[in-house]
Parts: sequence; structure tokens; C-alpha cells
Amino acid sequence: MRKVYSKIESISGNVISVSAEGVKYNDLAVVTSSHGESLANVIRMNGNSVSLQVFSGGRGVSTGDEVRFLGHPMQVSFSENLLGRIFTGSGKPRDNGPELTENMIDIGGPSVNPAKRIIPRNMIRTGIPMIDIFNSLVESQKLPIFSVSGEPYNELLSRIAMQAEVDMIILGGMGLKYDDYLSFKETLEEGGAMSRTIFFVHTAADPIVECLLVPDMSLAVAEKFALEGKKVLVLLTDMTNFADAMKEIAITMEQVPSNRGYPGDLYSQLASRYEKAVDFEGAGSITILAVTTMPGDDVTHPVPDNTGYITEGQYYLRNGRIEPFGSLSRLKQMVNGDTREDHRPVMDGMIKLYAAYKESQEKKSMGFRMSDWDEKLLKYGALFESEMMDLSVNIPLEEALDNGWRILSDSFTSEETGLRSDLLNKFWPSEKESR
Amino acid sequence: MTKNLGKIVGINGNMVSVETDSQVSLNEVGYILLNEQRLKAEVIRITGKRLELQVFEATSGVSIGNSVEFSGELLTVELGPGLLTQIYDGLQNPLPELAEQCGFFLQRGIYLNALPRNIEWDFTPVLKAGDTVTNGDTLGTVPEGQFKHRVMVPFSYKDSYTIKEIKSSGKYTVDTEIAVLEDEKGNRHSVSMMFTWPVKRAITSYAERLKPGAPMVTKTRIVDTFLPVALGGTYCIPGPFGAGKTVLQQVTSKNAEVDIVIIAACGERAGEVVETLKEFPELIDPQTGKSLMERTIIICNTSSMPVAAREASVYTAVTLAEYYRQMGLNVLLLADSTSRWAQAMREMSGRLEEIPGEEAFPAYLESTIASFYERAGLVRLRSGETGSVTIGGTVSPAGGNFEEPVTQATLKVVGAFHGLSRERSDARKYPAIHPLESWSKYPSVVPVEKVEYARGVLFRGNEVGQMMKVVGEEGTSIEDYLIYLKSDFLDFVYLQQNSFDPIDAAVSVERQNYIFDILLSILGGKFNLNNKADSRNYFNKLRQIFLDYNGAEWQSEDFKKLESELLNMIKDKKSGDLEDAIIFQKV
Repeated sequence: MRKVYSKIESISGNVISVSAEGVKYNDLAVVTSSHGESLANVIRMNGNSVSLQVFSGGRGVSTGDEVRFLGHPMQVSFSENLLGRIFTGSGKPRDNGPELTENMIDIGGPSVNPAKRIIPRNMIRTGIPMIDIFNSLVESQKLPIFSVSGEPYNELLSRIAMQAEVDMIILGGMGLKYDDYLSFKETLEEGGAMSRTIFFVHTAADPIVECLLVPDMSLAVAEKFALEGKKVLVLLTDMTNFADAMKEIAITMEQVPSNRGYPGDLYSQLASRYEKAVDFEGAGSITILAVTTMPGDDVTHPVPDNTGYITEGQYYLRNGRIEPFGSLSRLKQMVNGDTREDHRPVMDGMIKLYAAYKESQEKKSMGFRMSDWDEKLLKYGALFESEMMDLSVNIPLEEALDNGWRILSDSFTSEETGLRSDLLNKFWPSEKESR
Repeated sequence: MTKNLGKIVGINGNMVSVETDSQVSLNEVGYILLNEQRLKAEVIRITGKRLELQVFEATSGVSIGNSVEFSGELLTVELGPGLLTQIYDGLQNPLPELAEQCGFFLQRGIYLNALPRNIEWDFTPVLKAGDTVTNGDTLGTVPEGQFKHRVMVPFSYKDSYTIKEIKSSGKYTVDTEIAVLEDEKGNRHSVSMMFTWPVKRAITSYAERLKPGAPMVTKTRIVDTFLPVALGGTYCIPGPFGAGKTVLQQVTSKNAEVDIVIIAACGERAGEVVETLKEFPELIDPQTGKSLMERTIIICNTSSMPVAAREASVYTAVTLAEYYRQMGLNVLLLADSTSRWAQAMREMSGRLEEIPGEEAFPAYLESTIASFYERAGLVRLRSGETGSVTIGGTVSPAGGNFEEPVTQATLKVVGAFHGLSRERSDARKYPAIHPLESWSKYPSVVPVEKVEYARGVLFRGNEVGQMMKVVGEEGTSIEDYLIYLKSDFLDFVYLQQNSFDPIDAAVSVERQNYIFDILLSILGGKFNLNNKADSRNYFNKLRQIFLDYNGAEWQSEDFKKLESELLNMIKDKKSGDLEDAIIFQKV
């Protein structure tokens, strides 16, 4: 079926209506206007009236423009040729490469049968101690990075993209500032990671509907690669822009808003994307790290709130550091027992001492007298922050653990750490090793 | 019989509008005929010839003019032997079988038999030809795992029937005719071990409903002692994300002293269901010595599965629970999370363009929640035995704020409220149930006057704690400070429980009562402690021993050793009892 209709009945925001027959729900169409061609997809049908959301927006579309239905839903090309390439939200090349049209696959496919899922068991090493030691990232995990505008969350994502031990990276950018997009590109090109990366980027200047497509495009491609045995890490930034795009379309469609204007199905919509994270038995896996900026640093805002109910923990990025307290990887217990015997005790011990440091710091700021113990904690806290929390530190887990022992031995005597004696005997650095 | 047909005239997400000339009833199931596929849908509104249907699958590819075939039946589940150990989706499709057929992904439009047709069950009749029966009466039994599964007259057979024929003992599959019943008009009905029942209607084949009283033991101290749940009662667990709702439900599903547990994973993470799926077959039920899976049914409609089926899943679960209740069993239904179910209703209500209520939830939210929880209950069957369905639902309030509509509507109808607090979970105090804000209307496993005394200490300790934040430790009298320490002690050694410790994770009623007496002797005691540092040290030491004592196996050598150590330590400093104390001989 390739029918052309040339009478658009209504245009409201990014949504147009046309009278057409034989159209299928979710089908794709091409709208040709004087400004060029744009894809659109069917989002509602009532009798003969078909409503479509136009990917490049409703601006410039005239009532006499042509709508041609393609007879299939939104698709994306899938092959090895995607690697190293950059696309828009609707799958058009953003670099100067050729358009890919072979082996088209549908996006937004069905969800994985829960009975076929397996318990996560592999750690993904990132070289960032705050992740590897304290909140290990696990294959098939879905984790958001809760942050606020102005924090270096995109820098963090590019570091992870460069350092993470995975087969390939898919980066989905939604509402990215153009500069951010360019710096992502530069960092990965300089780091030589471009050849294992695929970009789907919607910048803030692009039409809003394309923003909605980015997660689905990224995840559909990721799923295919995972089924072929690849360990895929999907990085999404920023999911709040995605939710806002959904809000915009929902309001245009005159849907009843539920909470702060967001549509009632916000939870289901976010979940259907995040739940794509999976470890296929006998094949590859998809792991999702997604930035969610919290408007007004408010974690009860509908987007971070709904996200928190879906994901398996969260990283808080504040003041350029991953916060050790609010951050949580719910799956870390599944992997941090088999890395090195001192992993868990060091993780717990160092966090407890860091919490004590925070108390001492508070006491100090209130002008209380510092005891010897307080002084030790203050020294420890400073070392911890500069050698562990600094995001530019890039060392393997084992080295990071050794560093942990060194920081402890520089600050305390062995019995002050509260760690088990068998571990102290084995790992406590001798006099000359410590500085 | 000719099939009732209709044509699709509108599509909006997972809602389709259909026009038909046939007679159709509300909540009737229809199938959208799409090429080879049949997509299940349910009628949710009728306006003249125009119907609105919610589709239980993705509607991608459906077009105007597609036919819809009406089944003449409401949304039903299959009831019969073979339900236990199964893992179903919200429409009772067995997921493992589906995986065998379709691989990694859920394929739409595939509906499998809920009950395996190839298994032969060992049927023993209990009635004979000539006996008179009605709905819910037991025709015979088959062994299903550790239970005697009753083969009953279908619940829809409302009249009185005479058994014309009944099969003798032997092995039969669920769809084999095992009896022929004749009604008063002389019509003959063929009955097998399996029948269907519409999920949205409660099963009422019992003599009367009774008031729940006997406790449903969860082996979680704060629940059993302070916030008990009764067999046949209802309770809810609201809490913000990360406060441990799902962990609490998992612990309860393992340890609860009931016959059957039905877990409805409704719109939550698939990963959590997988843990249950892989863990339960390995775990041994301490009461029966068999695998925990043998007493469990899992209804799993996780967050990325179709929303309309999520709405159906809680009804599927409660119908299965009622079915086993009819066999005189105590069934516990755990629904995680009812907020996702309410959200599914909200999505559909939005598509129907109904006038929204608070936070866009439909106006019928409260009555729907109420009628769901009302399906719990303790009943006396016609045979004189009792059976019960207990419902525990988690609620995921937006922003952790309990003022929102779903929490409030749920609180109106449940018998116990276990509110989880972010404050307690941040302080790693698990289970993070807030002891003062939560409540229960059911009787505790510990005598009420003892519980009230302990609650009083908690309450006063909390007040002192608040006051201390303002005036500091220096400004607090030693009497008040001791109350604060005692309440903190109670919180630490009794309200908090380590679900990863094999002993502490599940505490029997006997042990709860036993240690509660020791605890009371401390709470109600006068102590020779004159300064705050000494008091704090003393209670810290007491706490350490008590924690070890909690971790020791009941009545083991270790247990007795730690107990005498503990009692000596109390004797050491205790000088008498406070005037208001409840006194026991132990110390």
C-alpha cells in the first residue's frame, strides 16, 4: 500500500490530521512540504481521520501538502556499518557518511519474557573507583545518573564510554546542546573509541518528535547487537528531555495530564525503555546508564521519582563527584563478592569512616575543638576525596583497592579501621610502603 | 452458533473503538483479527453501537476496518489442578512454555493453555452417583504437591444438581469428563476437573464470612508483635523507592505461615521477579520440608509488558487465591505494586476521556481499590471448614508522599498499614516500617498490654529524641535520657531485623514472646546509672549481647549461654521496677 493523500485537515503543533483509508496504527508516512520531506507516524485513528506526529515538526507544513504512507512502522538499519557513525533521532546521517537502508528492523519491539531472564552476574569495570569499588556497575543493569544542570554528567558519560570494558557503546543524546554533542564526538575520536560507538543524537535545536525516537532507535540497535553476542552499553542523556518531549506531544494531543503536566503513562513509557536492559543467556547483554537531570534538584519531581521506581539504584552526581551516600547500585552484591576478598570490607569500612569524617567536618565548621581522632578523620577525608572521588582517576579495581589500603594506613593505625584482622594481616601496607 | 463480529473504527494507543450490531456485554472479551494473529481485548465501555475495548497487546499494525470477534465470555481464568508452581503473565499465559515456543521475546497474540493438558492426575471420588450437589461442593480429590486438591462443582452452577455419573478412582487429564450432573429440569451437564471463572467477580461459594482474628505469622518481629496481620485480613505497604518494599514482600513470601502464596508482580522490575523465580525452587519451606515453589504461584506482569494486562493481573491473582481458599486453605496474596495497577486504570481512563479526579486518577479509583481488597477474607465453607485469603499490597506513592490518592484510598479499606520511611531506610534500619506512624487493627501474637507498654516507651523515647535535638544532651535529665536509650534499644534489637541472617530473618511466635519478656524487664526497669556516658555505654553493651542472642539458634547451647550473660548483665545494674512497669518473674 503506497497511497498519497494531499488534503491535510488540521495542523496543531507537531500533529497533523489527514483523511485516509487502509492505514495501520503506528505506520510511517512521508510528509512533503515546500521545506522538504519529513517522516511522520500514526498516533491516533478515528474513523477516516488519521493523526500523525511529524518528526520535523508542524512548522511550514501547509494544508495542501502531500502525505504518503509507507505501510510499515518506524525502522532503523542494522549492520556492522553503523559502528563509528552518527545519526539523528530519525536515523538520518548526521556525519557526512552515506544513508544506510539495508537490513531494516522495527523499533520498539516486544519485551523480553521474564522467564528467559537470568540473574545478573558480571561486573562492568569502568576504571572509576567510585563506581567500581563502591557501587559496581553490573551487566544488564539499568542505572540513572541523577544530577542537576551544570554538573559534568556528560563528561562522566564520555569517560565511561572510553573506559568501560564492553564491546560497544551506543550513545543516545536527547536535547543535547550542540557544544555537548561536539565535545562527546571529540573526546571519543581523540580517545580512539569512535570505532566501537554509534551515536543517535537529537540536539536542542532539532524537532522535538525526533527526541522521542532516540531511546527506541538506540535500544533497538543495541538489542540486535546483544543478540549477536555483543556486550552493549547504552548511554542516554538526558532522559528528562525525553520526558518533556512526551509531555509536549501529550498536551498537543489534548491528553489529560496527571502530575505536573506529564502524561499518565510516564511510568510505563520510561519503564518500557529501561526494561530493555537484559542479559541474554548464551548471547550478549544490554546495560543502560541514563542521565536524569532533576529540575530544581528535587528528587520527588515526577521524572526522577518514576525513574527511581524503575531502575536498579542510582548514582548521584553532585559537585562534580559521585556522592557516596545517596548512590546505590542494587545489583552490586551479585558481583562484588567474587572480585577480591577485601572488596566488600574495604567498601563498607571506607564509607563508614567517610561518614565519620563528614561529622567531624561539621563539628569543625561549628567551631568545636578537634580531637586527635577528628584530625585523623580530616586527613583521611581529604585523601579520600582527592584520590577516590575525583572523577579523573582512572585505575583498575585492584589498584584502587590497594590505594584504599594506602589511604587508610596513611591516616589511621590498623585497629582504628574496624576491619577484620585476617584482612589487615594480608593487606595492611608495611611501614616503608606507605608514604 | 454464529460469532458476534464488529469493525474497528478508531485506535488510540491500546484502546480501540469498535462498531457492532451484535449484543455485547461489558467486560466481554473480544479478539482483534489481524492477519494470522488474534489480539485479546476487553470491552470497557458501550455507547449505543459503539464500543471501547482495551487491548491486552501492542496495537501496532492494527487498522480501521479490522474485524473484532466477540467471545461471549468475560475475562476468565482456568481453575483446576496444576496451578501451583506456575509462572503466569497477567492473562494466565504460562511464561516458561511461552519462552519455549517464542524464545527470548514475548510475542503478541499467542495464548497458551494455563493448565497443562497432558498431565494425568490421580482422581479419587468422594461422592457417588445419586448424591445432590451445588456449586463449590467437592466431587473428588487429586494430590497436587503437598495438598489434597479438591475437584469441585463449578462455581457458576447455581442450582441443585444430582450426580448421574462419576468416574471411579484413576488417572485422568484435566479436560476429561469426570462426572455428569443433572439439574432439576433434567438437563445434563458434563464436568471435568477444570473450569473457568470470570476474574472480576468474587467467588462466593461459601456459607458465611467470618471476622479475621487469628494472626498470619510473618516471622518479622515488628509486624507480628507491633503491626500484626490476621489470616483473611488486608494490609498495605506504602513507601518511597529504595525503602525496601519488595525485599519485605520477598521475605514475607518466604516465611509466612500460610498454605499457599500467590505473588502478583504487577508493573514492577522484571529483575526482581527473576530473583524469586530462580531462588524459590532452591529454597526449602521449613514447615513442609519441600521446595518453596510447591506452595507458590507467580503472576508476573512486569513494567514493560502491556498495560491493560497489568490491570487484569491483580484480578487473575485474587481469583486463583479464592479458588484455593475454597479448599479450606489459607492463601496469602502479595501484590507488588498496586500503584502500577492504579496507573494502568488511569491510562485507560485518560484514553476514554473521562473526567479526571485527583492527579488524573479516575473517580472510581477508590471504589475499585476497595472492592479488590474486599475480596480478602476469612470464610466458613459449606463443609464447615474455614479458608482465608489475606491480601498484602505495596503502594509506590509519587515522591514518597502518602497524601496521594492511591495511598489514601488504600488506607481506607485495609486493616493494617505498614508505612515505610525514607528516614529509616537511609539509616539502614530494616525493615524500614515506621513503628509510630503505622497501625494495625488486628490482634498481636504478644498480649496487648505488653505491646502497649513497649509502644509507650517508643513514643516517649521519640519525644525525648526530638527534644534533645533542640536542647542537646546536656539539657536532658537522666530519667529522660534513659527513656531515650531504652526506646533506641527496643528499636535496635527488636524492631530491626537482619533479613540476611539465617536465624534472625525468621523468628517464631514462641521466640518473639520469650524475648519480649526479657525486653520488657529492661524497658520497665530502674537502673543504677547516674551519668549519661555510663548509661550509653551500658546500653551499647547490652545491645551488642542482645544482637548476638538474636543471631543464636533457638534454645541452642549458644542461645542459653548468651541468655545467662544477658540476664546477669541486667541484674548487675537493675535496682527495681518502675511504678508503671509490667512485671515478669524472669529477672
